[in-house]
Amino acid sequence: MIRKEMIAMLLAGGQGSRLGILTADMAKPAVSYGGKYRIIDFPLSNCINSGVDTVGVLTQYQPLRLNTHIGIGIPWDLDRNIGGVSILPPYEKSDNAEWYTGTANAIYQNLKFIEHYNPEYVLILGGDHIYKMDYEILLDFHKSNNADITLATYPVAWEDASRFGLVITDENKKVLDFEEKPAKPRSNLASMGIYIFTWKVLKEALIKLKDQPGCDFGMHVIPYCHKNGANVYAFEYNGYWKDVGTLSAYWESNMELIDLVPDFNLYEEFWKIYTKSEVSTAQYLGENAVLSRSIVGEGTEIYGSVYNSVIGPEVVIEEGAVVSDSIIMQGTHIGRNSKINKAIIAERALVGSDCELGVGEEVENKEHPNIYCNGLVTLGEKTVIPDGVRIGKNTVISGVTTPEDYPNNWLGGGESLKKAGEDA
Amino acid sequence: MRAIGIVLAGGNASRMKELTNKRAVAAMPIAGSYRAVDFALSSLANSRVQKVAVLTQYNSRSLNEHMSSSKWWDFGRKQGGLYVFTPTITADNSFWYRGTADSIYQNIDFLRNSHEPYVVITSGDIIYKLDFNKVLEEHIENKADITIVCKRLGKHADTSRYGVISTAEDGRITSFDEKPNGSEDDPLVSAGIYVIRRRQLIEMLERANEEERYDLVRDIIIRFKDVKKIYAFEHKEYWRNIASVNDYYDANMDFLKPDIRDYFFRQYPDVYSKVDDLPPAKYNAGAEVRNSLIASGTIVNGRIENSVVFKQVYIGNNCTIRNSIILNGVHIGDNTYIENCIVESKDTIKPGSNYTGQPGAPRIVLERSDRYGI
Repeated sequence: MIRKEMIAMLLAGGQGSRLGILTADMAKPAVSYGGKYRIIDFPLSNCINSGVDTVGVLTQYQPLRLNTHIGIGIPWDLDRNIGGVSILPPYEKSDNAEWYTGTANAIYQNLKFIEHYNPEYVLILGGDHIYKMDYEILLDFHKSNNADITLATYPVAWEDASRFGLVITDENKKVLDFEEKPAKPRSNLASMGIYIFTWKVLKEALIKLKDQPGCDFGMHVIPYCHKNGANVYAFEYNGYWKDVGTLSAYWESNMELIDLVPDFNLYEEFWKIYTKSEVSTAQYLGENAVLSRSIVGEGTEIYGSVYNSVIGPEVVIEEGAVVSDSIIMQGTHIGRNSKINKAIIAERALVGSDCELGVGEEVENKEHPNIYCNGLVTLGEKTVIPDGVRIGKNTVISGVTTPEDYPNNWLGGGESLKKAGEDA
Repeated sequence: MRAIGIVLAGGNASRMKELTNKRAVAAMPIAGSYRAVDFALSSLANSRVQKVAVLTQYNSRSLNEHMSSSKWWDFGRKQGGLYVFTPTITADNSFWYRGTADSIYQNIDFLRNSHEPYVVITSGDIIYKLDFNKVLEEHIENKADITIVCKRLGKHADTSRYGVISTAEDGRITSFDEKPNGSEDDPLVSAGIYVIRRRQLIEMLERANEEERYDLVRDIIIRFKDVKKIYAFEHKEYWRNIASVNDYYDANMDFLKPDIRDYFFRQYPDVYSKVDDLPPAKYNAGAEVRNSLIASGTIVNGRIENSVVFKQVYIGNNCTIRNSIILNGVHIGDNTYIENCIVESKDTIKPGSNYTGQPGAPRIVLERSDRYGI
């Protein structure tokens, strides 16, 4: 007989459109992070480190990269005889076929998957935060309170509180009320989108609410249960927790890793973060290489200078190139004497020689001022930049670009240049 | 692939001095992220050999730790797999492995119970990549009994540690001199890799054992070289034996050369190793690194030149590391100077230390200070 005390359901189907071009071809949880990881490595590693060995990963938007990354779960020790990791895309049923229309709807559509493991508790996770958390402690809290639902919450600064979904609790952390982005917050405990449900309670609610359009945990399921007298508790988490949902937050969170002793320390032996690495060779630094305040992934070769940057695996930075305040992902090539200033360059891009990225004054991006901001230059996956061009700030470029795309070898600040890629 | 693999990884080498106090030669760390045995295992895996036995004896624990799963080389299969054979006492045997031939003979059931017609035997302490299918093709074409992979050593090579081979026009071996003293110009030497028909090997091992002969080279190859058809297969790519401190040092330094790095790190096929799940290497303000290999999990605060730094090393502020090899997990305190040294793994070097070896004679640093203040 199969029985699991708690299984995890990881919602990884969202696009994450605020990451702009980075999520053009992959779901947000598959985006690279911190020189060798992908965002989903954090919740997956937390699962196995917490003793949760059965994880359903719900995918919908651009799942290819996630599928190849997760495989059968070997890097996280999630290849199990019973349980392990399962990828759960939407599927056609005998009477209907629909996409996942909301977070809770996605779980409802996989009711049979959960039933198969006969769990007592179900852990609901998202795939867009960087954190280390022991879900077992959360479960202990849930059990000791005899709770039906436990929400993981995070104390935010009072002045920011009105940007979050907040929970109001009594002194025993029992939830009294919810507030979604209130003008005058009564609490600073923000919901992290991490929940433990007693499976019986969740199942009943999901079936009751099955016809709710866009059925969502925060908007429908939890309020419904609360209204019907379920015991809802808030667990206060005080560790490192970083949302990487926007390009600016993503860039900042990466940059925090290069601090002398970062808040989020990947160098601790305890609570390792696992990932699938395609390469494991040492990195090579050339005769004239300069490196300062940076982290560098495996198999990378650096002949130029790198300051305050996060460099992924298998990157090549040629002689004379200067990279500062940037994130450069796997397999990207930076040509000779190119200057890269405050850029996010996605995987396998090719920047020619004598280029200059991040030049001049900040100009607001014309198409998406809220996505491409803070002076960042963002290059999509497999972007090609020809030799000798200069590119302004708050810009985004993707696809194979040629000198003709740069009048006078120049792309002004705030511009967006999107061309067909080599696969098109 | 119609062959099974045997990796000889039992040996100690006195020329490795203190470096093999705690590990077998085959477990020596190479090029920042590998162990010597990875090269043999990866070549077997990449040649689609599915069933491989590793024969260990001396300090076998170091190897077992590295081979904690057969997954790393993709041997975790229902058909085949990775077998580690350490000497065991049985009803009819109470000996350690008395030699290379004996180590295989004591596991002769592994040969008997296989159905593949050929056996690839490789040493575990050589650095190379090789497609055994090519050797096997030649072996079959020559209708050979044994094929020995050979390597030309270049000008003025010291032959005293190798088996020197002469061949006829067609590649058949006419003489085999084990470890002749002196030096020769561009000698052809045995690379420690053999292909042989499985039944032939069983027969030869049984006969050798009856005669109480235990060495693969002396008692099988040299003994039968006139009776059996033994051919040479010349390996033209990189090959290096690491059985002395100098060879080990040079083999690591070879990886600072762009062509060798390209050959092993970038060209197909890859060399696989145990996955360590270490974070990216970190360079703090004050780090200065030139012409060096740095492995993951390492934190650099000081200067490094012409060196190979392995995994999870900590290099303190204002240190200078020059022409040296720093093995896994070493902690080097501030203001330390290290030149021409091999620093043994998990060493703790006190701040302000100075270790200098001679060019061409690297000094081995064993420093077991208690780790301070971290």
